[in-house]
Amino acid sequence: MKKQLVMIGNGMAGVRAIEEILKLNKEEFEMTIFGKEPYPNYNRIQLSHVLQGDTTVEEIIMNDWDWYKENHIQLFTNESIVKINPENKTVESSNGRITAYDKLIIATGSSPFILPVKGAEKQGVTGFRDIHDCEVMIKTAESYKKAVVIGGGLLGLEAARGLIDLGMTVDVVHLMPHLMERQLDPTASQMLQRELESQGMNFLMEKQTEEILGEDRVTGIRFTDGSETAADLVVMAVGIKPNIEVAAACGLEVNRGIVVNDYIETSIPDIYAVGECAEHREVTYGLVAPLYEQAKVLAETIVGKRESTYEGSITGTQLKVSGVDLYSAGEIMDDPSVKAIKVHNEFDGIYKKILVRDNKIAGIVLYGNTKDSSKLFRMMMGKEEITDLTDISLLQKAGEEGAEDIGSIPADEVVCGCNGVTKGTIVKAIQTQGLTTLNQVSGCTNAGRSCGRCKPLVNDILMHTLGDSFDASLAKDSLCGCTALSRDEVVEEIRTKGLTAVKEVMNVLEWKQEEGCSKCRPAINYFLGMVHMDAYEDDRDSRLVNEKMHANIQKDGTYSVVPRMYGGVTNAKDLMKIAQIAEKYNVPLVKLTGGQRIGLFGVKREDLTAVWQELDMPSGYAYGKTLRTVKTCVGSQFCRFGTQDSMSLGMELEKKFERLDTPHKVKMGVSACPRNCAESGIKDLGYVGIDGGWEIYVGGNGGTDLRAGDLAWTVTTEAEVMEYSSAFLQYYRETANYLERTSTWLERLGLDHVKAHLADKNIREKLNDRLDQTLQRYNEPWKQAIEDQKVNEKYYSTKEVELV
Amino acid sequence: MRRIEVYPYSKLYEQMGQPVTVGDSNIALFKLSNGEVHAIENRSPHPKGGILSEGLVSGHYVFCPLYDWKISLLDGLVQSPDTGSVKKYEVKVEGDKVYILLD
Repeated sequence: MKKQLVMIGNGMAGVRAIEEILKLNKEEFEMTIFGKEPYPNYNRIQLSHVLQGDTTVEEIIMNDWDWYKENHIQLFTNESIVKINPENKTVESSNGRITAYDKLIIATGSSPFILPVKGAEKQGVTGFRDIHDCEVMIKTAESYKKAVVIGGGLLGLEAARGLIDLGMTVDVVHLMPHLMERQLDPTASQMLQRELESQGMNFLMEKQTEEILGEDRVTGIRFTDGSETAADLVVMAVGIKPNIEVAAACGLEVNRGIVVNDYIETSIPDIYAVGECAEHREVTYGLVAPLYEQAKVLAETIVGKRESTYEGSITGTQLKVSGVDLYSAGEIMDDPSVKAIKVHNEFDGIYKKILVRDNKIAGIVLYGNTKDSSKLFRMMMGKEEITDLTDISLLQKAGEEGAEDIGSIPADEVVCGCNGVTKGTIVKAIQTQGLTTLNQVSGCTNAGRSCGRCKPLVNDILMHTLGDSFDASLAKDSLCGCTALSRDEVVEEIRTKGLTAVKEVMNVLEWKQEEGCSKCRPAINYFLGMVHMDAYEDDRDSRLVNEKMHANIQKDGTYSVVPRMYGGVTNAKDLMKIAQIAEKYNVPLVKLTGGQRIGLFGVKREDLTAVWQELDMPSGYAYGKTLRTVKTCVGSQFCRFGTQDSMSLGMELEKKFERLDTPHKVKMGVSACPRNCAESGIKDLGYVGIDGGWEIYVGGNGGTDLRAGDLAWTVTTEAEVMEYSSAFLQYYRETANYLERTSTWLERLGLDHVKAHLADKNIREKLNDRLDQTLQRYNEPWKQAIEDQKVNEKYYSTKEVELV
Repeated sequence: MRRIEVYPYSKLYEQMGQPVTVGDSNIALFKLSNGEVHAIENRSPHPKGGILSEGLVSGHYVFCPLYDWKISLLDGLVQSPDTGSVKKYEVKVEGDKVYILLD
């Protein structure tokens, strides 16, 4: 019978230990894991990104349910262990389940430290530690305005930034005179505070919380100096405490954490503790890299190899807040025993300090530019003499810094701390899998995929490993992993070699993957259509699913159908038709979309063509890299404020540009007066009616990269509106990267450049001609699917086989 | 092991997926540009699920249409850096008939 391995806790350190054990010996143990949260193992470091809205809970899952299943690990979630019984080697869960173990790993992590002040139990007071805390904050931000974060350390500042992104007003309360005083010296700390203040954080420094005010729910905080601040939400981020209660109760030696030796063994045989709950040589760790090191040693101990030992870690710190680049490691404060090398460039907001003792680096503080952090950290850890190294010269030319010696980095050194990827792993992946670009290395090893700080080093390792065969041209922005050519080079080759088909492009330009990938194929198809205008036959199978199907795929495999409603204007007949169809085909959801039209959601693939036929309306292209909608206000036809006829202009624009392929989706808005009810300021092209003409705004974006449009032109006639709009769109079509919105494109080229280019009437006319020529090649796709039997069969047929 | 006739070979398009329901199983057939036919379960191994039949096909890989995971049609394995696998069905082509072998 297999030995029973039981683990209490289902977090990053523990699960990493299980992964390491599986690597060493897949067969030895039957494994059971108890986790008190209702999720599989997720990346706790990324929680601040979830809070800041950069990613979702689903995307930070590291080991999904299938992983447990595939490795035959029994996982009990929502179930914590309440008792360990070392005498008969069993554990008892919160559900009363008794489980026997041969080996027991305690990986219970830590909890936020909640200040023992009056009122700390009130509603609206939370820590910032797990998904639940994140959800509480996100939910609170929906109905409340004012948050107070107690604690100006790493976690507190990340939480504060997240709350600002959620639309809350945020005070950060800190006991000390400087932020992150354990990681930063006063100079760096002040630079950080200034930056965060400019991002909207308000700091209450040197304040000690005395009481949390309010009835059931928090309404404010009172400090020991008698001052108060209002609060709808209080986030405690003053520190963490290891979860050791269950361990202590069963007689294990505990101090601040559960005491472990260099083999990660506790004071009782066959019980181990790893991660934030463990204390090693009187230190508990809260960062991932040391925990992963512990996990590795533990795995060897558990499978009986008992060769490696854990010697403790020195760790570096960084802050995951956008706009802030800082890093520190080792000692941070100047004192008589160390000498400091400092660079403080107030002009660029850069501060670097290295503390030196006996010719060796003892500490690092970097603010504003942290690209040397990996190198310096390694020198510090390796206790390298710095005597031979020159210090920095002022105002040297860019690119004059010497490359460091990659060869001297040991293979087992962790290059990517977030993902625990060693140099050896990277080199091996490059050699065995024939990798040649940074993206490929990241893709295969995960190095550089979390915070990205190690990317320059990973690239250096790539260069060093490939030696002479390293192709510097690959380091530039290639279209994708299939080619070394950039976007501009591919387009240039298409033009000069007269290439006319996706396959031909990949073949002639010697694509590494003969049939391309999901990044390059849609891009090439777009470029060909852009270059050859009316003479290109679209390669539908190189398009991604939504454009291929002319419907938007939903997560359950059904589709949404959104018919065109020019300018958001409809009529009773169309509405009745839509209603009847929704009823006939049992459409689960009928919803007004964000673009002023009606969407039918949840249509089955096999019903698509019939629904389109009965609708007898053109596709609204709600799925395409093309013109989506033109949002309009009612305008002068009905509105007492309207100075222009926004509906007519909106419909005219939509009728002209519909179906046009563009590098990314394009949205327009037309408002009849500066009250701007159509939100023209956040559209790729936005129009605002004024007395005697129109203002044209460009590059606005209401989505991921929120950007207000720039006023580019003020014109007097609708003909001019069309002329400038066409010229702008065509210039965007010809120069943007595939999947680059007008907002980022405009930032890249600059508004002045685009305006100057389009100021030339001759250029505008030529752009207009090319656009008009392109617009001629489009057909109505839904009609085509109904009428063309082959299209219908190829894309929309399904088949059911009954088992008898 | 049962042989189930599922689709005419001549109606499958190269570099395309075709959804087929066999009893309770949702299956995606893929015809590669070399003419081979492969069958996998029509469900993405991504934690959020989704279907695979509409994905872009390159060589013997399909790209998950919802989350862009790259999946080998030869063994159902998800390519790194993502991980997981999709159930693979054995396929026999005889004349114009495509069969799937079911347990």
